[in-house]
Amino acid sequence: MDDAQIRREVLEALQGIAPEVEAETLRGDRPLRDEVDLDSMDWLRFLAALHQRLGVNIPEADYQQLTSLDALLAYVGRRLAAG
Amino acid sequence: MIEFKLPSLGADMDEGTLLEWRIAPGEAVRRGQVVAVVDTAKAAVDVECWQDGTVLDLLIQPGDKVPVGTPIAALLEAGETSETVQRPARVAKPAQPAPAPGTTTSAAPPASRARISPAARKRAAELGVDAGTLSGTGPQGAVSLADVEAAAKSAAPLDRQAAMRQAIAAAMSRSKREIPHYYLGETIPLGAAMAWLSAHNAGLPPEQRLLPGVLLLKAVALALRDYPQLNGYWQDGAFRAAPGIHLGVAVALRQGGLIAPALHDVADKPLEQLMAELGDLVQRARSYSLRSSELSDASLTVTQLGDQGVDSVFGVIYPPQVALVGVGRIAERPWVEEGRLCVMPSAQFSLAADHRASDGHYGARFLGEVRRLLQTPDRL
Repeated sequence: MDDAQIRREVLEALQGIAPEVEAETLRGDRPLRDEVDLDSMDWLRFLAALHQRLGVNIPEADYQQLTSLDALLAYVGRRLAAG
Repeated sequence: MIEFKLPSLGADMDEGTLLEWRIAPGEAVRRGQVVAVVDTAKAAVDVECWQDGTVLDLLIQPGDKVPVGTPIAALLEAGETSETVQRPARVAKPAQPAPAPGTTTSAAPPASRARISPAARKRAAELGVDAGTLSGTGPQGAVSLADVEAAAKSAAPLDRQAAMRQAIAAAMSRSKREIPHYYLGETIPLGAAMAWLSAHNAGLPPEQRLLPGVLLLKAVALALRDYPQLNGYWQDGAFRAAPGIHLGVAVALRQGGLIAPALHDVADKPLEQLMAELGDLVQRARSYSLRSSELSDASLTVTQLGDQGVDSVFGVIYPPQVALVGVGRIAERPWVEEGRLCVMPSAQFSLAADHRASDGHYGARFLGEVRRLLQTPDRL
């Protein structure tokens, strides 16, 4: 899966939780949970959607690495590359 | 004969518009069965029956707007027949103008599935617009997002957001006008709770993880067993204890506004079940699809605005309830334990309570009990 595909899947998962999100206006370097206004329930549903779409199960211990959309995309890319 | 009345849909909802009947005359209904769908400012509500019976007559039609408490259906009790009871009158409706002679009234168009984009369908639900009535300007007459938004603008009374704002305004004004609030705050250490939670969640996929909020709800519910004067309603000049511990969970809606539907029997349920039910409740609240019991049963409301980063929240009681618990952000803070300074996750809990129903001393002991319960998370 290439970076563009990962990005598409992640954004679709995000829009499933927060339909008002527009990919063009989302600032990838900003704190994701502020940029998209996700509460803890939304966040968990988002992670569940990523788990189902990409097969990547992100443990709680790694949450701190997922500060922004860019960081999250990089993280998911690394996990997929590692198999 | 049972007169089935439009049940209470919460303090800020005094009328509803019938969207559809889910029952027909002659049909048997059970207690708890969804008998109708009623639209309100806050949600399309599945109205549940509170008694067993057989439907004798439906007294209002889809599209009718009636106040809470209006008889909307007549049910026969066991042993009754339609011959032995007197039929109730239908709700009087303004007379329809008769069609002018010579004109033929065209039948309603066939119920074909309207072409509508998913985004437009979703927006229509949010705005309370009936997409089926719109003529689309998109490809092949499809209803587009722009069509929905244009329709919502032109149909101001249907604007759910404005209606919700009004409903919240009415309930909160009533609260501050009638309820003498007192407020207490307590910082509760959550080291044990957070450590237990992270150990519990470590091996689990996101779908099965618990949120801290669920532990807090359970602790509040268990504490209410010992402090029943905070769990109930102030009605007709006196406190009335609620029959169960049903926590109203304040849910912020993405389009603005909030709703606090009830999570039922919180003290009796295991954490996993509460988590699943909470997830379902939040999602249905956000898609405006709730049951009437969820809108009317809450016996104390909990707001966890800490999730949005604030350190503390002192709430406005949702009448006729008599108390509200607010929870601020869970964060690591300096803490003194056994004379030593350490770092401890903690959160500020607050209690806003009705001074007619309880006193500060009682409220303080309740918060102390919540604190005590949260120190042994494995017993929650």
